[in-house]
Amino acid sequence: MKKMILALAASAVMGLGVSAAEAKTKACFIYVGPIGDFGWSYQHDRGRLDVEEALGDEVETAYLESVPEGPDAERALERFARSGCNIIFATSFGYMDQVNQVAADFPDVKFEHATGYKREHPNVSTYNSKFHEGRYVQGQIAASVSDAGVAGYIASFPIPEVVMGINSFILGAQSVNPDFELKVVWVNTWFDPSKEGDAAKALIDQGADIITQHTDSTAPMQVAAERGVKAFGQASDMIDFGKETQLTSIIDDWGPYYIERVKAVIEGDWEQVDVWDGMTEGHVVMAPYTNMPEDVKKLAMDTEAKIKAGEFDPFTGPITKQDGTEWLKEGEVADIGTLLGMNFYVKGVDDELPQ
Amino acid sequence: MMDMWQNIILTIATAATPLLIAALGELVVERSGVLNLGVEGMMIMGAVTGFAVALATGNPWLGMIGAIIIGSLFSLLFGFLVLSIATNQVATGLSLTLLGIGLSGMIGEEFVGEPGVKLSNIEIPGLVDIPLVGRLLFGQDPIFYISIALVFGVMWFLFKTRTGLTLRSVGDNHDSAHALGIPVLRYRYFAVMFGGACAGLAGAHLTLVYTPQWIENMTSGRGWIALALVVFASWRPLRLLAGAYLFGAVSIGQLHAQALGLGIPSQFLSSLPYLATIVVLVIISTNRRLTLMNTPACLGKPFVPAR
Amino acid sequence: MIRVELVKRPQHSNFYMLMSPFIAFGLTLVFGALIFLALGKNPFTGLYFYFIDPLSQVWSLHELAIKAGPLIMIAAGLCVCYRSNNWNIGAEGQFIVGAIFGSMIPILMPGFQTVLTLPLMLIMAMVGGAIYAGIPALLKARYNANEILTSLMLVYVAQLLLDWLVRGVWRDPQGFAFPGSVRFPPAATLPEMIPSQGDAHYGFLLALVAAIAVWFFLAKTLKGFEVSVLGLSPRAGKFAGFSASAMVFFSFMLSGALAGLAGISEVSGAIGQLREVISPGYGFAAIIVAFLGRLNPLGTIAAGLLLALTYLGGEAAQISLGISDKVVRVFQGMLLFFVLGCDTLVHYKIRIVSRTAEGSAT
Repeated sequence: MKKMILALAASAVMGLGVSAAEAKTKACFIYVGPIGDFGWSYQHDRGRLDVEEALGDEVETAYLESVPEGPDAERALERFARSGCNIIFATSFGYMDQVNQVAADFPDVKFEHATGYKREHPNVSTYNSKFHEGRYVQGQIAASVSDAGVAGYIASFPIPEVVMGINSFILGAQSVNPDFELKVVWVNTWFDPSKEGDAAKALIDQGADIITQHTDSTAPMQVAAERGVKAFGQASDMIDFGKETQLTSIIDDWGPYYIERVKAVIEGDWEQVDVWDGMTEGHVVMAPYTNMPEDVKKLAMDTEAKIKAGEFDPFTGPITKQDGTEWLKEGEVADIGTLLGMNFYVKGVDDELPQ
Repeated sequence: MMDMWQNIILTIATAATPLLIAALGELVVERSGVLNLGVEGMMIMGAVTGFAVALATGNPWLGMIGAIIIGSLFSLLFGFLVLSIATNQVATGLSLTLLGIGLSGMIGEEFVGEPGVKLSNIEIPGLVDIPLVGRLLFGQDPIFYISIALVFGVMWFLFKTRTGLTLRSVGDNHDSAHALGIPVLRYRYFAVMFGGACAGLAGAHLTLVYTPQWIENMTSGRGWIALALVVFASWRPLRLLAGAYLFGAVSIGQLHAQALGLGIPSQFLSSLPYLATIVVLVIISTNRRLTLMNTPACLGKPFVPAR
Repeated sequence: MIRVELVKRPQHSNFYMLMSPFIAFGLTLVFGALIFLALGKNPFTGLYFYFIDPLSQVWSLHELAIKAGPLIMIAAGLCVCYRSNNWNIGAEGQFIVGAIFGSMIPILMPGFQTVLTLPLMLIMAMVGGAIYAGIPALLKARYNANEILTSLMLVYVAQLLLDWLVRGVWRDPQGFAFPGSVRFPPAATLPEMIPSQGDAHYGFLLALVAAIAVWFFLAKTLKGFEVSVLGLSPRAGKFAGFSASAMVFFSFMLSGALAGLAGISEVSGAIGQLREVISPGYGFAAIIVAFLGRLNPLGTIAAGLLLALTYLGGEAAQISLGISDKVVRVFQGMLLFFVLGCDTLVHYKIRIVSRTAEGSAT
């Protein structure tokens, strides 16, 4: 037994020796779900692979998947920091406090936290994408191609990100058809294909002929295809699941940001940032516009171009809240603070926001 | 309007079918005196196998058969440990679930993001157009029909055949069954494998009918619900049918309540299926004698033949 | 045809009682090495990172204690349940409700910050866990409803209740509408044991104390004797004048209280606020721990540490070798199977018999 332990220790030391000898920059990622979710964590891992491809021999990556928020995340972050990671991407909002705690103990390691707002130490950055820009375009498409004038929205959890998406969608739809209706179902999960599919069926049964989702699986797309209504994809291009169904999809493309930040570490000019980028920077990408008439496609592309050029913001007044009070005056653009903490609906959503 | 109700009923049937099949298998296992808490693990193995085989061969029927075979082979692992080595059934079953989730994830890694092959519906022309019930009775997926046949098959087997009677006696008192010369462990082995086959088929329903795609962990606790339903049914197949459809109906109903925009917190609506099951169980459990009569007395107890 | 045959030992074997975990460990090493080889990894490096690396650094030992604490505390209570034949599989829900009850103090009375704050939170959590476990107990004792179903269903209800609270009424007003309560002030935080070395908090110590206390109770008191008697034979218990339905309440509420205590320790010591998800399945994993520990509360200490080690070791192996988290889970399942299988040696001799030679084999 003793011999065995010695042998183990010896081989491990050798193993460590090898990895220490190469002076690569190490980029590490922790994911809240399995990379096989084909949604949120899957897209982040695609970003990691982009980094490997773009930076090749200069970089080495590692990841931990399905890391629960809380003490497990803290341990994972600390283990990464101790195992020689130079930059760590923590890809779930719920890692926020743990990131800041561990960052305090490892000032030389750079931490990047997705979707959070706390930057308590100079080595912590936050980043997020303006997915709602894409939702506005989707809303316009929905109102243009819908016969029923009703869309169904499968939502995960009532966090500002999701609420913002719902609001942006309905605003886009109203810009085409002021009477457009939106039904919302909260499934209280990020991915449970069967439940998401059931929600899609319920929405279609209640008259929706457009399905859109803020959950991860492709089930709603498949249900829509089966029932012969149109749908929008989420997180990745889901065209394979609904060749005659998908209108477009909002693709989370984290690759460009990850490459930029890891490069900064290699070149030694990494600085704390708070990034909230969207279509302009290529972090939010629309899948090809399909299964719609040419004029609708043109409308969508025009809006996309305007947003990209910075000429248009989906949250531009006049906008009325659901309760009838005025939120934004004519021409007024929403401030970032309100958006990041958004917990109210705008007029036209047929649902009560869980408070 | 008629269409809407028919669609809702169909949605409920689809939601209830995997629960019903997995629970039926477990019902037979428990009737033989074995408690297998690994339903979730066997189900997810069936799900990934069904998907993979259907994708590789392009034939969903082969996927279904593959899932049944792998489900029962996987349950043999549990069977060997608890029957031949007499390990603790609760802990072994839970470990089987851990193993199943891990293994299925490994196998399924390359299938993420691939659309699956769907098992097409069996439609009887003409009859399928009967309003309200036509599609339900004459136009559903094959696994739905299998599930209904299984309910009556298991009923017939357990209560009308000699082998079924023997199986129940093994679950009620393995010592006297053994004394009568009944090969207790052989009966239990077959019961465990049947349970595995059913769980595998239930998993295949998810990836071949319900949502033809593979996502890790996609059973999302349905194996656990199936386990609870067996208890709910007090080990009677017909009650199981009622239980699975009740659970399905409340789960779908809450989504409709939300889509109607009633303004009730979604968490409360989401908890309704669980609460409803508890309430109904309490009501039907008050008949103490009936419950006791149907509970396999040796459930969870290991049997080692004395020599 | 070859068969496995078990022969009951006249007495349980003390030798195997001690040795079976080591045999299981040995088998895991051999088969684990094979898995690593099959994946094209150096088996020695793999096993080193899995089993030794997490124990070789002080900070990591602290993390082990954080992970093992809740498992041990819940499992100790479950021992009482399972020994008396009460199938509480809803400890996860009792963990959550305990945490909710305990968190009422810092969330609803943020101004109340004295030396009494923390003890009161712990007591509230135990009360909450016990009440929530009392529901399946009541339904079983009074209405004859099977506790496996009711306790399991109540887990989902508790999860949704927590979700509703931290997204709604208990949401931190400064939290940008994200879920989660306010962060607990220092007076409501379970302190770290040795802050200079690592993050482990006093929850681990509480877990050890709880396990020892439950062991003492089961082994040395009359009530503990009652637990075993009613568990082995309800009829004999009845003749001895013990009440089976009182035992249902007692065992459920005791294990619920301990699960609740584990819940508040986790929230107050490790997380620092009430969040929408506070447990990565501790209540279910603790069921495995209770049985691995042979339903002996002292055994759960060893079993809890072992299970915690498989999580930590799994992460170390993922990072250092780049194997996936699924391999880790398969590894974990295999280890558990070996441990469970080897435990059979305590009570039985295992013989492998080929059918043709049956009768002549001894």
